[in-house]
This record gives sequence, structure tokens and C-alpha cells, in this order.
Amino acid sequence: MGRPVIAEPRRAALPLRRWQAMTLAERQAWLAWLFLLPALLVVVGVAMVPLAQTVYFSFTDKRLGALRPAQWVGLENFRFLLTDPLWWTAVKVTVQFTLITVAFEFLLGLLIALVVNSRFPGRGPMRAAMLVPWAIPTVLSAQMWKWMYNDIFGVINDLLKRAGLIEQNIAWLARPDTSLLAVASIDIWKTTPFVALLLLAGLQVIPDELYEAATVDGANKVRQFFTITLPLLRPAIVVALIFRTLDALRVFDVFYVLFGARPDMQTMAVYAQNYIVAFSDVGYGSAISVAIFLVIAIFVVAYVTTLKVEVQT
Amino acid sequence: MRWASAQRRDLRQRPSRILFYVVLAMIAIYLVFPFYWAIRSAIVPDAVQFATPVVYWPEDPSLENFRKVLATGQFRRALLNSAIVAGTVTLLSLAVGAMGAYALGRFRFRGSTPVRYIILSMTMFPSISVLGGLYTLITQFGLYNKLGALVYSYLIFTLPFTVWVLMTFFRQLPRDLEEAAYVDGASPFQTFWRIMLPLSAPGLVTTGLLAFIAAWNEFLYALSFTQTPDKRTVTLAIFYFSPQTGGGFEIPWGQMMAATVIVTLPLIVLTLIFQRRIIAGLTAGAVKG
Repeated sequence: MGRPVIAEPRRAALPLRRWQAMTLAERQAWLAWLFLLPALLVVVGVAMVPLAQTVYFSFTDKRLGALRPAQWVGLENFRFLLTDPLWWTAVKVTVQFTLITVAFEFLLGLLIALVVNSRFPGRGPMRAAMLVPWAIPTVLSAQMWKWMYNDIFGVINDLLKRAGLIEQNIAWLARPDTSLLAVASIDIWKTTPFVALLLLAGLQVIPDELYEAATVDGANKVRQFFTITLPLLRPAIVVALIFRTLDALRVFDVFYVLFGARPDMQTMAVYAQNYIVAFSDVGYGSAISVAIFLVIAIFVVAYVTTLKVEVQT
Repeated sequence: MRWASAQRRDLRQRPSRILFYVVLAMIAIYLVFPFYWAIRSAIVPDAVQFATPVVYWPEDPSLENFRKVLATGQFRRALLNSAIVAGTVTLLSLAVGAMGAYALGRFRFRGSTPVRYIILSMTMFPSISVLGGLYTLITQFGLYNKLGALVYSYLIFTLPFTVWVLMTFFRQLPRDLEEAAYVDGASPFQTFWRIMLPLSAPGLVTTGLLAFIAAWNEFLYALSFTQTPDKRTVTLAIFYFSPQTGGGFEIPWGQMMAATVIVTLPLIVLTLIFQRRIIAGLTAGAVKG
């Protein structure tokens, strides 16, 4: 009778005693994991499990709402993907879009950063104006530009006609030869200021003394730009390029708003989403998602090897 | 003499100074003009909207488009949905993210480096790469076409970012503060809640704002995980504007632009108020991420 009465409080006290016996470092580790727990649960539930599932589905013929369970089909989806002309069109559109937008955003962003970096009255409002395109949701800026590109009532046709650059209205978004440029111009408008802000942050840490010394030594502005600004701006440039490339390769919103699932103007992400949601073909759609991941990985590896980025945390 | 040379220098510099301001003005116009055009299109009546040649400066502006778009229950519903979703996501990721960031930023323990790498890689995660898995999970849990599906899925991009930025924030706080609290007998959680969290308020405001904007602007998951008009967020509502919405044959651009201005204006005001902090948060997240 007496034994459990004595044993009960002892067992309850055990965790506390173990806690007291721990070293400070051990306690810290326990506490840290405790604080991390909710975040880890979210990471696992929202990212890890869906990612693992997506990879698994890419090897199956999983369909949503199908009566029979999904079956393992091995590399069948990927074999089909390699010969799928629509997929290759999507890759071409996405890569072209990426090259155009990243190049323009970088050059234009650098120009804006250099201009805004010099002292002039009205610099504050100018920096504020730079955040306006960034603050507008992509879907809304796409709609704004869609209206501006309107073939009959659009302001862009009107401006170009007034400037004498075109004689007839152009259906920018319908014509195959202008669609890509039109959609690229929207992304360039929206994201160039962001690139400029990144580069501006890099410019501001370059000490003024370097330029003063260079001026004393007789180096002109152009020379100063290539020997001081550009090398010291390199880390910021690398970060901006990588960020923009990764973003451009997974572009979805602006294309979907302008073109829906128009076969000649789908990006990789639009193509995958369309298969998964519209066709409920989760298996093939997941294979496309995995392929997107691989394409992005190729770009990352190419960047890291050519620019010799040092990864740091 | 001195005056003369100063004047000569001024004269020599003037052309480049003028060029500088021309470039500056062109950049400013380029950045702001599309938004000006949205406002202009929102405040002109349809008769002016669909007239050629284009009218650049409206003679008699009216708020008719705003009245019409706000009169539709669907748009008001979308505003409410977006506020609910973005608000919940922001609060959740701040609560969960601040605790995680505190652990990663202030504690030394084995396994912290892999966790940091996982979080970092998640900040660059393309949303599309988990769509298949998320879509099936959401249907299985019966979350499809519910706002909960959006709250759940948006955490994938708000949480890693929140943890990352707040972690760098916590690291900058001086160590003696914590030690003083422990000496005074505060528990670890009290130290976190009473001392570290209030001190990181500026960081919380910035990351919260960025998370809110990201959730407010989201489109891919909202498009994929909802179906009926009463579950639409603002981005979806504006995407689905169609000739039927306006009761005509042409898309009701005026109303759509009015809706765009309504949705964007608060964001722009917030962005301008917190300008410095947002730039700091964006560049910190990017340069260190």
C-alpha cells in the first residue's frame, strides 16, 4: 500500500531533478529546441511534406478525384515531358523572359542607383517614388498595364502615335512578336526599383575617400566607375542577379493575368499549375514542378561557378 | 577673380547638371506614370474612357467608378477576405517566427546550423514546386475553397522570411540584457516575452508589414485553392473583372482601375510611412539571404 505513495512524487520530481542536473549548455539546447518547435512544425507541415509528396507524385499517375489509387509509373511522366512540345515552348518563353528582364533590370537599376546615390534636392521623394511600383501587387500592375496596352483605347498606342513612332494601333498583347516584350516591360517596371535599391545599399557603403583619392590622382569619372564602383559593388550585383533570375524563372502572376493559359505564352509555372488544378493531373503536373526545380538548379549552379559566389550564413 | 572662376565652373557644369535632372525626371515619370494612369482611368466616366484620341488630363473627374465598385458585394467581400487572410498569416508568422528567431539568434546549440540552412533555402523556395503536394493535402483536409487553406499555404513564404530577418535583429541586441534578467530570476520565456520582444518591436513592425504585403499580393495559391466568388481575395477579384461584371461588352476598365486604386493606396501609404524600415528590411533580407 505504502510503496506507490512514495514512488509517485519521486517519479513526478524526476524531470525537474534531471533539469537541475543538466549543465547550462544542455539546458540552453533544450530551451532552444522548445522555442523552435512551432516554427519547425510549420516548416514540416507546409513545406517538407508537400515537397516530398510532390516529388513522389511525379513518379505516379496521381489524379485528384480519381476512383482508383495512384499507381507508380516510374519515369513515365518525365519521358513524356521530354517530348512534350508545349513544355519546351514554356521553357523557351520563360528563359527568354528571364534573360530580357534580368539584363534590363540590372542595367536600368544600376543607372537609377547611381543617379539616386548622388546628392540633389528632392532625393527623399525620389526614393519614395521608387517604392511605388514595388508596393503594387503584381496582379494589379499587370491589369494596369493591360489597360495601357489596350489596342484601341490604350495610352501606349496613343503616346507612340503622337511621337510619330507608329502609324497604326498595335495589338501588343495579341501579336506573337510583341507579346513577350510587352510582358517583359511590365516586370521591368515593377522590379527595376527593387534592383536599384539593392545596388544603392551596396553603393552607400563605398567610402567617399576612395573617390577623393582617385580624383587627386587624376582618374576621371568613367575610370573611377570601372576601377572603384564596379568591383566594390560586386557582392550586391551578384545578390541582385541571383535573386532576380530565380524570381523570373518561376514567374506566374503577370503571364497568367495577360495570357491565361495561351499555349504560346505559358511559362513553366503556368504550365504546371494548369495541369495540377485545371486538369487535376497531379502526377504530370508534379513532374513539371520537379523539372522547374531542376531548371532553376541549373541556373544557380551556373551562377555559382561563373561568379564564384561565396556562400555564407 | 575668384567670382569669375566660380562662374566659369558653374557654366561648365550646367549642361551636365541639366542632363542629370532630365534623366531624373524621366526616371520619376517612368516609375509613377502607370499609377497616375490608373488613377486617371478610375476618375473619368466611360464616355471619356472609351474615347479616341486619349484624354490625358480629365476635365470633370467623378467618383462614379469607386461608388459602383464598392456597391458590389463581391468586391467588399474580397477586401474583407484579404484582410482576414493577410492579418491572420502576419500574426501567426510573427508569433511562431519570433520564437524560432530567438532560438536561432540567441542560443548556441547543436543542430542550429542545419536548421538555419533549411530556413534559408526555404526563403528561396518557388511556390510552384510544392503546388501538387499542397493541393492534395488541402483537399484531403477538407480545406479546399476555405480561407484556412490560404492561411496555411501562405505561411510557406512568410514564415522563413520572418525567422530570417528577426534572427539578424535578435543577434544585434546586447547580451547583458538577457543576463540581467536571468540574474533577477526571470524564466527564459519571461525574458523573451518581457524583454527581448519589446526591444525588437521595430523589427517586428517591418517584418510584419512585409509579410502582410506578401500575403495581400499573393495570387497563385489563391487561384488554385479557392473556387467560389465569396472566397476570393482582392487579387482574384480584380483578376476576374469581366464584361459581365460591368454589364457591358467591354471590360469595365474604369471600375477595375478604381478597385486597383482602393487596394493599392493603403499599401503605398504604408510603404511611404515605413519607407526607411522597409528598405532596410528588404536589403537585409536579400543581402544576408
